[in-house]
Amino acid sequence: MDKKLKIGWFSFTCCEDSTIIFTELLNTHYRDWLKKIEFVHARVLMKKNTKKLKEMDVAFVEGAISSDGQEAKLKKIREKAKILVAIGSCAINGSPSSQRNFFNQVNIEEIKPILEKFKYKEKILKVSEVVKVDDTVNGCPMNEIHFLEIMKKFLT
Amino acid sequence: MHDPGNNFDLNIEEISKIEGAASLEIKVRNNKIEDLKFSISEWKRFYTQAIKGKPATAIPQLVARICGTCSNAHLLASIEAVEKAFDVVPSTQTMLLRKLLYYGLIIRDHALHLYVFSLPDLFGKDSILDFDENDPIQHELLDDTFSVKEVGNQLSIVVGGRSVHAPQPTIGGFLKLPELEKLKKLKNDLGAIRPKILKLIKIYFEAKESLKLKAPMSFVSLYSSDFSFLEGAIKSCTSTDPSGSLTSCRMIAEKDLRKYLEEVIIPYSHARGFKFAGNLMMVGALARLNISKENLHLKTKESAQEALKLFPSVNLFHNNLAQAIEILHSIDASIQIIDGLTEIKPELAIKITPKETVGIGVIEAPRGSLYYELEINADGTVKKGEIIVPTGQNQIVIERAIYELVEDLLLKNIGQDKIILEVEKLIRAFDPCMSCAAHFLRVKWDSDY
Repeated sequence: MDKKLKIGWFSFTCCEDSTIIFTELLNTHYRDWLKKIEFVHARVLMKKNTKKLKEMDVAFVEGAISSDGQEAKLKKIREKAKILVAIGSCAINGSPSSQRNFFNQVNIEEIKPILEKFKYKEKILKVSEVVKVDDTVNGCPMNEIHFLEIMKKFLT
Repeated sequence: MHDPGNNFDLNIEEISKIEGAASLEIKVRNNKIEDLKFSISEWKRFYTQAIKGKPATAIPQLVARICGTCSNAHLLASIEAVEKAFDVVPSTQTMLLRKLLYYGLIIRDHALHLYVFSLPDLFGKDSILDFDENDPIQHELLDDTFSVKEVGNQLSIVVGGRSVHAPQPTIGGFLKLPELEKLKKLKNDLGAIRPKILKLIKIYFEAKESLKLKAPMSFVSLYSSDFSFLEGAIKSCTSTDPSGSLTSCRMIAEKDLRKYLEEVIIPYSHARGFKFAGNLMMVGALARLNISKENLHLKTKESAQEALKLFPSVNLFHNNLAQAIEILHSIDASIQIIDGLTEIKPELAIKITPKETVGIGVIEAPRGSLYYELEINADGTVKKGEIIVPTGQNQIVIERAIYELVEDLLLKNIGQDKIILEVEKLIRAFDPCMSCAAHFLRVKWDSDY
């Protein structure tokens, strides 16, 4: 490869388990990946570029969408990324972060003041309800083997 | 001389290299802080609500999803709460294996924080990935980062089936037991990373960063004879002066901890804060070493004796050093457990019989005491639950520390960029975990907020 693959890693509403799996995959792949990858956005790894979004070859997105702010940011990521990959169960299905979507009325009444105060969306959305998703890596946390296959595809 | 007309607003929307999302707003007028808000900006997932009505036996795997990095802490704390509720006493083998699983977590999680989040600050770099491969020291540290993390990762995988949301540990034992041969193989790997951690301890022993709060503060952690993070009673001690000397130490049963924790609603944050018996409180590695360094593994005490002389300490940056020492302890204690294992007995997990009951479990998560209280209905479903996480307990002291640091930097006429850098370093030293802090639910907002 002549040019490094520009990737971004983004976390929305979730436990960031796939971020952790990703940092554990770096344990055995960083020598190879550092030669071939440029991390354009990855809050877990660096401070630079936390403000302004840059063009990316691939954006990995974990987590579900809780707020209008998150929805707007996801749309911007989509605009800047040639390929967008939804990572893990919360991004792909919404669950378990979307569990409040299925609460009974008693539970909803209890959490209502928080939802209103911080302007939560009425329902938590999965990534594909907001933007076009090109590929997925399922699992909770993401399936490592599937992720490595996808990386291999992008890097060859 | 400071500039008395110095007015500015600082806004850090996304603090980097921490677990989860947090933000900070500082308003400075006439070179004085007019307003400072450290807020947890994670969006809640309402786990305490979601567990209601679900079978108690299903709770551990659900609450593990509160946090990606310390998932196994939530797993084991909630398992303990359910076991206590149903009077289940895990076997000696189960406890040894849980400790191994947990030491894997401590190695992995502290290494992520120290190498990936904190170390770049000490080297004036933005990221561990920016370390200079042509500089022998930086090259070696880059390699250390990933080899240390990998050993912790593998230890958790071998014992728990996965390092994140481990599927094998369950109430009363394990669904599938680890293979002895695989554990024995890890002993060499653990031994191999030991010198790397001694180097890391030296780096943080020599680090110059220091911040001591003016206000008294209470350190709180579990106190156990083997510093295992999983057992023992709670001990709290209070420091009233910068020397680090601790007074008013007391032991508290796990079931009574809640009585000492005072919930503080922080109107601008998605998470709630806590005080301990009226004092600022801190939990985590610094609290643990302040309170029970004598219980560390013998080999750790020998190898880290110079660094251990610094504890008890009220220098908040010593939380980093304390974490490095805890990695060493986790290596030494794991090697001892693996050495002592001659077989893995084919034990089945102990079954529970549903009844109306209450269970409390407290363990030391990597970032501090993690409290689970589960009220259970006669049919074995959860009536309600209370989960108190370390970062919630530390939130008020983090904000106070930022305030004192910024106040000091303003007096020294330090520029805004440098203030941001120093504040981020300080926040990182606490190793806060925002995913955990914002998991929960029950906040009653006063109408004037």
